[in-house]
Amino acid sequence: MNDPLGGQAIAKDLERRGATAAASAGPVKEGELALYAARKKIYPRTVHGLFDRWRWALVWLTQLVFYGLPWLAWNDRQAVLFDLAARKFYVLGFVFWPQDFIYLTALLIIAALSLFLFTAVGGRLWCGYACPQTVYTEMFMWIERKIEGGRAQRMLLDEGPMSARKLAIKAAKHGAWIAVALWTGFTFVGYFTPIKELWGAVASLSTGPWETFWILFYGFATYGNAGWMREQVCKYMCPYARFQSAMFDRDTMIVTYDAARGEPRGPRSRKIAHGAGALGDCVNCGLCVQVCPTGIDIRDGLQYECIGCAACIDACDQVMSKFHYPTGLIRYSTENALAHGWGFRQMVRRVLRTRTLIYGAILLGVMAVLAGALYLRVPLKVDIVRDRASLAREVEGGRIENVYRIQLMNTQELPHRFRIAASGLPGIGVASESEVEVPAATTRQVPLRVQIDPGATAKGSHRIEVEVKALDDERIIAREQAVFLVR
Amino acid sequence: MSDFTSEFWNWYIAVLTVVSIVGCAVLLWMQTTRRAPGAKIDTTGHVWDEDLQEWNNPLPNWWRWLFYITVVFSLVYLAFYPGLGSFRGSLGWSQTKQYEDEVKKADATYGPIYAKYAAMDFDKLAGDANAMAIGQNLYLNYCAQCHASDARGAKGFPNLADADWQWGGDPKVIKETILNGRMAVMPPQGAALGPEGVKDVAHYVMSLSGMASDSIRVARGKEKFATICAACHGPDGKGNPALGAPNLTDKVWLYGGSEADIVATLQNGRTGQMPAWKGFLGEAKSHLVAAYVWSVGNKPAK
Repeated sequence: MNDPLGGQAIAKDLERRGATAAASAGPVKEGELALYAARKKIYPRTVHGLFDRWRWALVWLTQLVFYGLPWLAWNDRQAVLFDLAARKFYVLGFVFWPQDFIYLTALLIIAALSLFLFTAVGGRLWCGYACPQTVYTEMFMWIERKIEGGRAQRMLLDEGPMSARKLAIKAAKHGAWIAVALWTGFTFVGYFTPIKELWGAVASLSTGPWETFWILFYGFATYGNAGWMREQVCKYMCPYARFQSAMFDRDTMIVTYDAARGEPRGPRSRKIAHGAGALGDCVNCGLCVQVCPTGIDIRDGLQYECIGCAACIDACDQVMSKFHYPTGLIRYSTENALAHGWGFRQMVRRVLRTRTLIYGAILLGVMAVLAGALYLRVPLKVDIVRDRASLAREVEGGRIENVYRIQLMNTQELPHRFRIAASGLPGIGVASESEVEVPAATTRQVPLRVQIDPGATAKGSHRIEVEVKALDDERIIAREQAVFLVR
Repeated sequence: MSDFTSEFWNWYIAVLTVVSIVGCAVLLWMQTTRRAPGAKIDTTGHVWDEDLQEWNNPLPNWWRWLFYITVVFSLVYLAFYPGLGSFRGSLGWSQTKQYEDEVKKADATYGPIYAKYAAMDFDKLAGDANAMAIGQNLYLNYCAQCHASDARGAKGFPNLADADWQWGGDPKVIKETILNGRMAVMPPQGAALGPEGVKDVAHYVMSLSGMASDSIRVARGKEKFATICAACHGPDGKGNPALGAPNLTDKVWLYGGSEADIVATLQNGRTGQMPAWKGFLGEAKSHLVAAYVWSVGNKPAK
């Protein structure tokens, strides 16, 4: 409100959006604008308020996890490490092998269903609060603000000619951005290479070619997306922005301008009591436009560019408070609530509706299945491959023998001794060594000879079952089917 | 390039490729429309679903430039890599060379490990768990197809886990067998022995292993064995490892021990070949495999 450039800035904002031009030139002009207009740089004004605090809370939460997690240790190893070369994926107490990718599938289903549920309830909550694009943009804008100053100062700086001071400020900003971006790239690679070793390698400039590439590439992507691309990623690159509307319904709470209450808009003196003049509640200060990170005017209604960050709610609530008007001229509201004039309680009651209940039920179901599957997961996998070149062979005493290769995958970080037993045919038994020692988190392949009594069964192919059991832990047991040939 | 019988096809491919690439660039350039600033854009004139229309806008610049970049990329690629007929490209890259480079790299990494084991005695290797683990991997990869995963063989493929060795069980001899291969030939004796003679000899051979046999046939077969078979299998039938002639007295039958099997062996002969691995595995790996095979045979049978 005390912005010396306030009025000028609003005019510029409107001009930037081409609002006036578009209104008069018809739809052709508008189509061209969306596709061909060069990007007009957006200078979002800083805003404080409830939703801004929520966003920062989520920035802190997600980034503490992202930057901090690789540094945590679990017993003698990194707590979360995706060892691609060894194909072992350490997550806290678990070691996942490529055979366990089904758990990742469950995780992705949970992520997708959560997205559906949250979007159906509160619109683009993911975009506005948790998406890395939003989170890193928020961090980069904070750096920008600390170095270049507020919105008006940034605009003045960009409009002014190049000078030693401008160069110094810009260099400082980009330096800080690049530092954060490189640290982000380093942290990312730290999920795949033990981060403490990686730090040593970075310090002595001896990272491997792929590590170097990914640190620089991920760093560059962070710098480019959060520093330069910003809202363009959401508007032009992100597919989610385009299919979000499929998840909305008339009861989805989205950032909404209450046109019935706000119009007709116009400036007025603060001395006029609320509701006394002919004007609606919107004082047309333009702050909602100035704070918008995608440069739209929420008063035009729901637009695909809106990432649901609620910065305009924070801004408008401040203005309403200064005028001693009730807040919430721009608020989270639903189409139904606006149409029927529902209050907050009535609107929130509609959160529980068929769509969200179904999403929620499936979500809880998948989560329960995943939790159960992880709890019951047996840290032993067994593969049996019959020797293809040989059929049955007759050994001493006329017993019939088949040969297999058995692969024992001990996925636990403890060594185990396993006993191999066969069942399914009369007199069946393991003739080769039946006890095998497998070191921690290792695979061992051993030949397996299975014999049956002579004449015990007809010629042909028979199903047998091989059971592998850890001697020191009765819960670790795996059964695998195999074929026994008799000729 | 020997793939073609005449130079014509080299030129055919090279010219066609270059013309196609350049043609793409020319087509792109000819079809490029630029929008004059402020000019009105029409729709394509088609209307779907009552009011759905399509702007006839030119291709965005970034997109057009991507096309040009692919054209430039392909020309640069063809300058460096093979692709234009018989032209090999300035980098001289080839699949064979890449394969050889990778093998060379692997040899540099793993060579020292094998060299260390190649210098060790068989006795020591058999007691070295790491060496035996590598030996087992090599065995499972290259030998198990015929001799089975447990080294106990199959019909026609000798059992390596017992005490019977067709060519000798000394580890040095096993290594020799692996390196140079073996060719064992039992010549067909059907013509020399006649149908009855074959049966007689079969019964004699069965008697050598203490199996049930017809004593009249055994007596007749014994004489024929002494004149025909003893040259390789020895007068007492204990075989001769130098020739790969198996011991016929130990109840181990490579091609089956029934009367019918033995008759078939005598009648038609047998040929058994162990391929030579010198060229593929080389000296050091063969040393390790020999130690593993020897250790399997020396293990007390379970």
